[in-house]
Amino acid sequence: MSDSEKELTKMSLQAGKETIYKARFQKSIDQADQPDWLKDLRKKAFEYFTENGFPTIRDEEWKYTDVKELAEVDWSEAPAAADGLSQDLANHFAEIETENRVVFVDGVLSSELTNLNETAEGVRIVSFADAFEDQTFKANLSKIVEPDFNGFTALNTAFIDQGVFINVPKNTKINTPIHLVFIGDNETANFTRILYVGETGSEAEIIEHYTRTGDSKYLTNAVVEIALADNAKLVHTRVQRESHSAFHIVTSNTNLGRTSIYDNTNITFGAKLSRHDVNMSFNKEGGEAWIDGLYLVEDGQHTDTHSRIDHRVKNCNSHQNYKGILDGRSRAVFNGKVFVHENASGTDANQSNKNLLLSNDARVDTKPQLEIFNDDVKCAHGATVGQLEEEELFYLLSRGLNEDLARNLLTYGFAEEIINKIEIPLIKKQLDEAVLNRLHARLEA
Amino acid sequence: MLLEVKDLYVAVEGTNILKGLNLEIRRGEVHAIMGPNGSGKSTLAKVLAGHPSYEVTKGEIKYDGKDLLDMDPDERAREGVFMAFQYPVEIPGVSNSQFLRLAYNEKMKHTGGEELDPLEFNDLLKEKAKVVEMDSKFFKRSVNVGFSGGEKKRNEILQMAVLDPTLALLDETDSGLDIDALRVVADGVNQLKSEDNGIILVTHYQRLLDYIVPDFVHVLAAGKIVKEGGKELALELEEKGYDWVKAAGN
Repeated sequence: MSDSEKELTKMSLQAGKETIYKARFQKSIDQADQPDWLKDLRKKAFEYFTENGFPTIRDEEWKYTDVKELAEVDWSEAPAAADGLSQDLANHFAEIETENRVVFVDGVLSSELTNLNETAEGVRIVSFADAFEDQTFKANLSKIVEPDFNGFTALNTAFIDQGVFINVPKNTKINTPIHLVFIGDNETANFTRILYVGETGSEAEIIEHYTRTGDSKYLTNAVVEIALADNAKLVHTRVQRESHSAFHIVTSNTNLGRTSIYDNTNITFGAKLSRHDVNMSFNKEGGEAWIDGLYLVEDGQHTDTHSRIDHRVKNCNSHQNYKGILDGRSRAVFNGKVFVHENASGTDANQSNKNLLLSNDARVDTKPQLEIFNDDVKCAHGATVGQLEEEELFYLLSRGLNEDLARNLLTYGFAEEIINKIEIPLIKKQLDEAVLNRLHARLEA
Repeated sequence: MLLEVKDLYVAVEGTNILKGLNLEIRRGEVHAIMGPNGSGKSTLAKVLAGHPSYEVTKGEIKYDGKDLLDMDPDERAREGVFMAFQYPVEIPGVSNSQFLRLAYNEKMKHTGGEELDPLEFNDLLKEKAKVVEMDSKFFKRSVNVGFSGGEKKRNEILQMAVLDPTLALLDETDSGLDIDALRVVADGVNQLKSEDNGIILVTHYQRLLDYIVPDFVHVLAAGKIVKEGGKELALELEEKGYDWVKAAGN
């Protein structure tokens, strides 16, 4: 192809994107009962998307993850509100039983499935529709994730409509985890959003759980914004179990206040193609954060984690431990940047990405990166890609375990460090089973 | 006869290590395999346990009348072969008790014994741990992770106690142990010794044999047994050094 031909192809793709989402956007913005500031925000974001489109592999941050396939799907129709509960969904839902839950089906809030029981006084867990006049909402929405971060965050911002806003007031503790469930049912593009604002001294736990009813091909394009004020604490578990035909693109940003604590665990099992941008910024001194993850992919799956941790101020600690298990013809990408800015003396940052390949067809591209602009810091990083150790395997065999069991046990052992962080029994059980169905049964029987 | 090794040749990555080794062991006997570094004594233990890196190029091994070389390592284990490793492997994320119960139940399934649930197994484990004076806090910890050298060796003997092998191979179990740990480990092995099992001690030093007294001592040099005798042979070796037998072998 000549350069001019390439240019033409690019233009036609670009134009294609525009028409796919334009009518839907116009309809949505015309019908929206939203304040002007929000409509303006959305329009600007859509302009950005129209101009820039989705990222391509020519973009350094996307060079291993090609989204062409999803960019070409015609998702022009907005998903309809779930009308009644399909039997599939009801069956599926029977297993999720936490007391505080907010449920979206195809990106649309389901009041039928949402159930909020035990929350402390003053806590707000509301849909965006009920938050537009809220000053805290207005002050934070789209401030933590910039709409023009990339084409996906722009498109998500352009379609702001459905989302959940959580505001935990000063010195308030929520005892029951808030379970946010996003269910993919029909073949639609779903733009959901979470905005969490934890005031000074607040404490809570949220579970961000993506799951599906069947094997349909849909797009989850979500944005998660988290602001933690001084001394606030948040445990944030993210479980991604999308359909194996689905596309999952999520950007999560968190800003930390003085001596605040953020403990984040990201579990990835699902989707044909998934990309998680997880970014975190220490904006005041003394904060501490864990950004951990486990991705477990098999034949035909591609998962990409891009992370950026900014130490902008003194005396903050960040810990990042990502583990990957890859089977069949699968692929994983890990890119973790830690920036220690000029003022950030006393920083303690460590980062690790270890990968276990169970097949010869699996591939990992891992790149931990440290950029340090201050001398008084303690930083470490490392990455490995390997297979099960023959010596470890022989040790188990020599104790009479058959080879399948021995391999499972070692694989489980590899992942256990991350799995053990999950304290919610339902999630832990599903996790254990997914990682090691048979072993789980044998150990607990 | 519990074990018959006949004219055994073994290679590792194309290098011949054992060159025509013969050995016979009956139930109730303790045999010491001694020899200088590189003589092939650890190779013998690993071949008997079925390590995949060791290739038998010639010879045969009969275990309890069966062809040992025909069995996979896990099958050998279920049939009663056990090797205590010189360098026990750490398995993060798998607790000692889970691991041992899996191994125990695999063997029970194979031999038609009774499989145990976690509670029943815990009782058995507590009982067996007395053999090596091991605290129950080690049961919940990941296998060998963060264990000291001595604790790892004790853990090996605990595994031996639980799995109750017919043929136990102790590969340089004395290496890296201080005198107190050595005594505990040796006491453990002595308690596990019976009329029904055979024990092979692979060791460089005579020291271990002060505590576990062998019925036979075999001296290996350059892949062959060059001298055999009773327990007094070990003392003689200690006195004269390995050069003496190397010379005798030539």
